[in-house]
Order: sequence, then C-alpha cells, then structure tokens
Amino acid sequence: MEDLIVSVAQRTLIAGTPLLIGTIGEVICERSGILNLGVEGVMSIGAVAAFVVTFYTQNLWLGLMAAVLAGMLISIIHAVASVSLQSNQVVSGLALTMLGLGISSLAGKPYVGKSLTEKMNTVAIPFLSDIPILGKILFVQSPFFYMAIVLALAAWFILEHTELGIKIRSTGENPKATEAQGINVSLIRYGCILVGGGFSGMAGANLSISYSKLWIEGMTAGRGWIVIALTIFALWNPMRAMIGAFLFGGIFVMQYLLQPLGISPSLLAMLPYMATLLVLVMIGIKDSKKLNAPAMLGEPYKRGER
Amino acid sequence: MIPIIKITNREKITPAHQMMTLLFSIMAGLFAIGLIFLAFGVNPVFAMMKIFTGSFGSMYGIKETVTKAIPLILIGVGLAIAFRAKFWNIGAESQLLMGAIFGTWVGLNWGPHLPAPMIIPLMFLAGFIGGALWGLIPAFLKIRFSINEVISTLMMNYICAEFLTFLIVGPWKGKTKFGFPYTDDLPASAILGVIPGSRIHYVTLIVALLVVFILGVIIYKTRFGYEVRVIGENPEAARYAGIDFFRTTLIIMAISGGVAGLAGVGEVAGIHHYLSYPASISSGYGFTAIIVAWLAKLNPFFVIVAGIFFAGILVGGDAIQISLGLPAATVQIFNGTLLVFLIMGDYFLKHRITFKNNRMPHGEPDPQ
Repeated sequence: MEDLIVSVAQRTLIAGTPLLIGTIGEVICERSGILNLGVEGVMSIGAVAAFVVTFYTQNLWLGLMAAVLAGMLISIIHAVASVSLQSNQVVSGLALTMLGLGISSLAGKPYVGKSLTEKMNTVAIPFLSDIPILGKILFVQSPFFYMAIVLALAAWFILEHTELGIKIRSTGENPKATEAQGINVSLIRYGCILVGGGFSGMAGANLSISYSKLWIEGMTAGRGWIVIALTIFALWNPMRAMIGAFLFGGIFVMQYLLQPLGISPSLLAMLPYMATLLVLVMIGIKDSKKLNAPAMLGEPYKRGER
Repeated sequence: MIPIIKITNREKITPAHQMMTLLFSIMAGLFAIGLIFLAFGVNPVFAMMKIFTGSFGSMYGIKETVTKAIPLILIGVGLAIAFRAKFWNIGAESQLLMGAIFGTWVGLNWGPHLPAPMIIPLMFLAGFIGGALWGLIPAFLKIRFSINEVISTLMMNYICAEFLTFLIVGPWKGKTKFGFPYTDDLPASAILGVIPGSRIHYVTLIVALLVVFILGVIIYKTRFGYEVRVIGENPEAARYAGIDFFRTTLIIMAISGGVAGLAGVGEVAGIHHYLSYPASISSGYGFTAIIVAWLAKLNPFFVIVAGIFFAGILVGGDAIQISLGLPAATVQIFNGTLLVFLIMGDYFLKHRITFKNNRMPHGEPDPQ
C-alpha cells in the first residue's frame, strides 16, 4: 500500500512538472498584458530541439538549453506581431501554435522511432530523501521537478516583491500610466514574451528528455492548452500554479490507475480536458471580476493613443 | 545615416490597396515558407512547384481541390460569422465530428427504411443539430461562467475526438468490418452521389454555396448581421444600443457549429461512407478553416475563393508528402506562416510608413 501511494504521488509530480513550467511562463507573459496562445506549438519546438541536440551531443543539459533558446526564438514572432504591430493576440498566438507544430514535425521527422541512450535521471537529495514516504515522493525526482519548484518560487518573488515585478504588473494593468513613468512598455512585453517562450521550450524539453526519451509527433497532446487554462486557475500567481499543475498531474496519472477497472481508455483520456472545463466553471461561479486578471490582458498598446 | 521612420494612421483604405496588401502578404508568406523548407533541407522551388502542380496542375488535382474546398468553405463561412462577433471558435474540428456522429446515426438507423430524398435531408439536419449543440456549449460557458472560448472549444475538440474513438471501438463498431474500428457502411440511400470520375459530392457543394449566400445576406442585409458586427467592433456600444449579447452569441455559435456539422455529414456520407478515426474523418479542416476565414477578411463570399486556395494547399501538401516524404503536419507550416503574414499585412494596411532620409525622397515603400 505504501509503495502504491509513493508511486502514485511520484508520478503525479512527474506528470505535473511540464505543466508547472509552462504555466509559470504563461503567468509572466500574461502579467505583462500579453495573451500567448502559442504555448502548445512552442512546447513542441522545445521538445524536438531538446531531443535533437541531446541525440547528437549526448548532453542532456545542452539539449535543455537548446529547447529554451528555440522557445525564445520562435516566440519573437508573437512579440513582433502582438507588441510592435499591435495585431490581434488570439490570432497571432494560434498562428504560432500552428507554425510550432508544423516546424517541429518537419524537424523531427528523421528522428521518429529513435531513442536517446539515457534520459534525465532522478536525483536523490541527500538526507531529505531519507524522510519516510515524503522523502521518496518529494526528494527523489528528476532535476526538472526541482528546477520547476525553484523557478515558480523565483517567479513569484520577482513578480510580487521586486521593482521589475512592479514594472511587469503595471504594464499589464495600465500601460499608458507605466509609459508615463518612463518605463518602456514594449521592452517589458518583449522580455516577458521571450521569457515565457523559454519556459514553454523548457516544458517541451521535459517531455522529450526526461518524461520520455524520444520524439513523437503530437507528444505535447494538448498540454500547452491546459497550461493556458491553468494560468487562469492559478489566478496569475506562480505559487497557485504549483497547486494547479500537480492537481492536473494527478488527473493524468488517474487515467492509468482506472484503466484496470475496465473503463474504456478513450473515455479516460477525456479526463484532463473535462477537468480543465470543470475547473474553469468552478472559477467562473465565483465573481469573475474578482479574478484579478491583468486589466489590459490581450489589448494591444499603442504609444501616444488614449 | 539612420532614416527616420514615421508611422501614421492611414485615413482611407481603398479596395485596391486591400488587394495589394493581401497579395504581398501571401507572396511574402510563401517566400518565408520557402526559407523554412530550405532550412530543413527541402528544395523550396521544387516543393512549391509540386504543391502547385499537385493541386491545380492536373484534372485530378483540381477535382481533389474542389472536394477538399467543400468542408473548408462550409466551416470557413461559419467561423467568419463567429469571428466577426469576436467569438474565437477554435472548436470547428469537433463540431464537424459531432455533425458526422449525428448524421451517421440517422443514416445507419433510418437509412434502410427511407428513400434517399428523405434520408439525406434528415442526415444534414441531424448533422447541423449535432454541430450546433456542440457549439452552443462553449457559448453557454462563456455567457454563464465567463469561460474563455478559445480554451473551452479546444478542450471540447479533444473530448469529442476521444468520444468518437470510444464509439467506433465500442458500441458502434461495425459487424461487417472484421474487427476494425469502423462503423458499418451507410446504406445506399444515405450515400451522396459524386460527379463521375471525381470525389466531388455535389450535394454538399450546393449546400455549401447556399450557406455562403444565406449567411452573406444575413451579415450584410439584416438587423441581426448588423448586431453581430456591432458586438464585434464595439461591445460597449452594443450594450447601449440594446443588443442582446447572450441571444446573439448563442445564435452565432449555433450557426457556426451547425454549418461545421453539415461539413461532417458531407465527409461521411460523401467520401468515407462510414465513421472511422477522427483524424481520417477530418484532416484538420476545422483549423485550416480559421485561416480561410481570416484570409477572406471574414467576408462570407470571399470564403469561397479562400477555401479553394487552401484546399489547393492541402491537396498540394498531400502531393509533397508523398513525393518528398514529409510529415502530414507540414501543412501547418503553411497555415501558421500565412496567418502570421496576413495579420502583419493588416498593420501595413492600417498604417502609412514613411522614411524621412536625405537620400530617400518622401514616398511610400512597398507594404512588405
């Protein structure tokens, strides 16, 4: 029984990690007022970049760096379109997703069916991993898990307690007043989109070099979209993002737990998507105006206009 | 010497200007796609030629292009209406599938007892209802719980695809299909006729053109169409004008989902003749139609041209998949890149950019 609990809890955290990484990125991006619907595509790019680079260099860390870099690079498209050209952010984000899925499948074609010799191994933290039960769950994990937790804390601290965080948040709330303070709104938004893209790329790397050690087309399986829902669930707060991401990790794991009961795998596969809708309904039942969404989320900002 | 760039709002936008911007955007987009191909070791000139000859270069290609234009036009025109009201329906893919499911149920169960002139309209009706119901859910969720429709429609795409898979491997699995996950074939009366020597199921084509005409008239000539446009352009003003946001949103999504459902019936009754895996019933028509609607500037009549254009890309995409061994999702590169360039083109349409430079006389550079 104890083994089962440990194993389920471990796998919950493993499944939740890429969701958490992606959500932190989207929270940062949306806090600056930019809705980025490109996460699914950027994640896919990150997954393929990490796989290919690791495949040739045999170095998982280089693979991770490549994924972050690739995620940032492809996100420039969204930055140019939504910030510089004040385009519709919904359409531009969708375009980014399509482009990301297309490019990743073209780039990954030669690597379908190949596998890495090793994936990112779990690291046991000395002493802490000796704590009964909890030690095995929390402190015998992939480096991605530790990084995700640290990044979530860092993002929370930066957004809530530093001057940079105030700049980012005020850019999302009132870009005009922010500009009047002498802060470059465009620069902040470009920065946040690129950082968000880096996080999405890292989430993709999580899937291809740690969660598994291969590349298959469509391996992101809608996680990028779940990330966007989780951002709302998290009320744009990286700390709450942790709760949401691991809750969803649990739902992913539940699919496999319930399968032996004879429920159709197709019906079980609906669970994460149903849960996303359910969570949004639950948030929607509360007064949506108190959600604390960045006031200017999705609105293009044009300098010198009212 | 740094030229000073001056950006001003363009006051007047002429149709000619719009046309030029559109053409430049598409050209620039195709050029960018060529560069992407080049980056991955695919000869761009060869690939582009192959796409063109594959789609418009032969009688077979033209017939296939028309066949694939049918669902794109149907869905595209529904999306054009939804997008006009700024309702971002990304769920047409599953509204199509729901239409296919409803239509197939009617065809399989009532088809053996009814003649074609009765069963086929019933199937289309069922398909419309299926798509409309599936489209109404996100509309309701948005109105009642203010849930972002991009997310809800997307989640429903996944849910519906799994539901269809559940049906064909489970309760609806055909007795005559030797264990394959397909439903039985539709009875003869429920199968749509095709133009001989092609796969063009002309009944759906006629339905599509009728839908374009009807929705075009509704958008430009009725009070409802006016309300849709006001809601999209200025929701604040819509409220003051006493426009019922809830009612309008529900009607829009019933139409948008419903016509996607019609496309689903067309695909099953006209092409496949039985239900199978989601990816074979629709090769991403619901997503490609988003760009069709955008390329058509959300004008129902232009959707016909844009639909044929993108159908050509799909058919040509199939051709290069086979001859160059490229993955199916390559066509997404076309979709994504062209969409990026189209929205960028809009900027240059709305703004005038002038360079002030000693060497360069005042003038207007080309929009790209």
